[in-house]
Amino acid sequence: MECVMGVVGRDFAVVAADTSAVQSILVHKTDEDKVMVLDSHKLMGASGEPGDRVQFTEYIQKNLHLYQFRNTIPLSTAATANFTRGELATALRKNPYMVNVILGGYDKDAGASLYYIDYISTLHKIDKGAFGYGSYFCLSLMDKLYHPDMTVEEAVDLIDKCIKEIRLRLVVAPQNFVIKIVDKNGAREYARRDLVGDNASVDAATTVTA
Amino acid sequence: MVGKNCFAIASDRRLGVQLQTIATDFQRVFKIHDKLYIGLSGLGTDAQTLYQRLVFRHKLYQLREERDMKPETFASLVSAILYEKRFGPYFCQPVIAGLGEDNKPFICTMDCIGAKELAKDFVVSGTASESLYGACESMYKPNMEPEELFETVSQALMSSVDRDCLSGWGGYVLIV
Repeated sequence: MECVMGVVGRDFAVVAADTSAVQSILVHKTDEDKVMVLDSHKLMGASGEPGDRVQFTEYIQKNLHLYQFRNTIPLSTAATANFTRGELATALRKNPYMVNVILGGYDKDAGASLYYIDYISTLHKIDKGAFGYGSYFCLSLMDKLYHPDMTVEEAVDLIDKCIKEIRLRLVVAPQNFVIKIVDKNGAREYARRDLVGDNASVDAATTVTA
Repeated sequence: MVGKNCFAIASDRRLGVQLQTIATDFQRVFKIHDKLYIGLSGLGTDAQTLYQRLVFRHKLYQLREERDMKPETFASLVSAILYEKRFGPYFCQPVIAGLGEDNKPFICTMDCIGAKELAKDFVVSGTASESLYGACESMYKPNMEPEELFETVSQALMSSVDRDCLSGWGGYVLIV
């Protein structure tokens, strides 16, 4: 039921994910941040086995920091994607990580880029992508509405439409989402879209009377 | 497919997970050196891993021997690497195409554990392989020039993948 999605626009990349932490029929929390800020200009949205997800993303984050300490320059997004793929591939036939990753980053020379890395370490550079049951609804929506060089408003609007579709059409759909953006100014949280929980807007819970 | 002092290697462009299409620009044919190409059908991740291992081995070979690998040698290398994993294989069926001595074309295919199949005319692999066999068999002529070879390969590829739901979304044809 976890959904992660990403879109590339003009000199920025957006990575969004749901924020539910679910075990069987119980929702543990509705504000679990699944899009990790790897370093100043990289975002890693991950979905899958909860323990593996946190463990793996933290492992990648720490190794990225180590590289930067050792070499005084940060790793590029493409190199990070290939490193991540390598770690997943090495573990695959021994002790696999059940984690799907959407990696978004901004480099001065390459601009914004987005990488799709699934749990069996298939790596592909993409403009738009999604994981999870939500992808069945989002991918075709993105195919229709995406165009290259979108502005931030257009890209976030596309993500909002995807979120709306997931909320409407997916059974046991996650209600809350986080949207993060990475551009030349860095990686940061852009918005939360909360329907339930402490931060949900009052309007969301209001009933409409005729 | 083999032509007159040339060869063509082609693949479709779909990256999918069973029924869902993830991308329509996935690369499946890789260059080893100017006159040697390998196409890897099957599991995407194993195709990428296998390609990285083969490039590594070929670069080492180039450093030691100070020349490029012959296609026949490369095919034996791929076969050996695949058989090493006999009881935990790479889920890939390679298609190897290259120009050997005197630019004589060489093609071969293998199953996922390295059983080589040499051919003089064409080799195929992938989910649409049966379709491809039929299409290539009917369209193939010996000693085709590059332009005609390109047409033949393209038509064979397009008509075969159209009959397979897991293949398609474009084609990529390389003539050497």
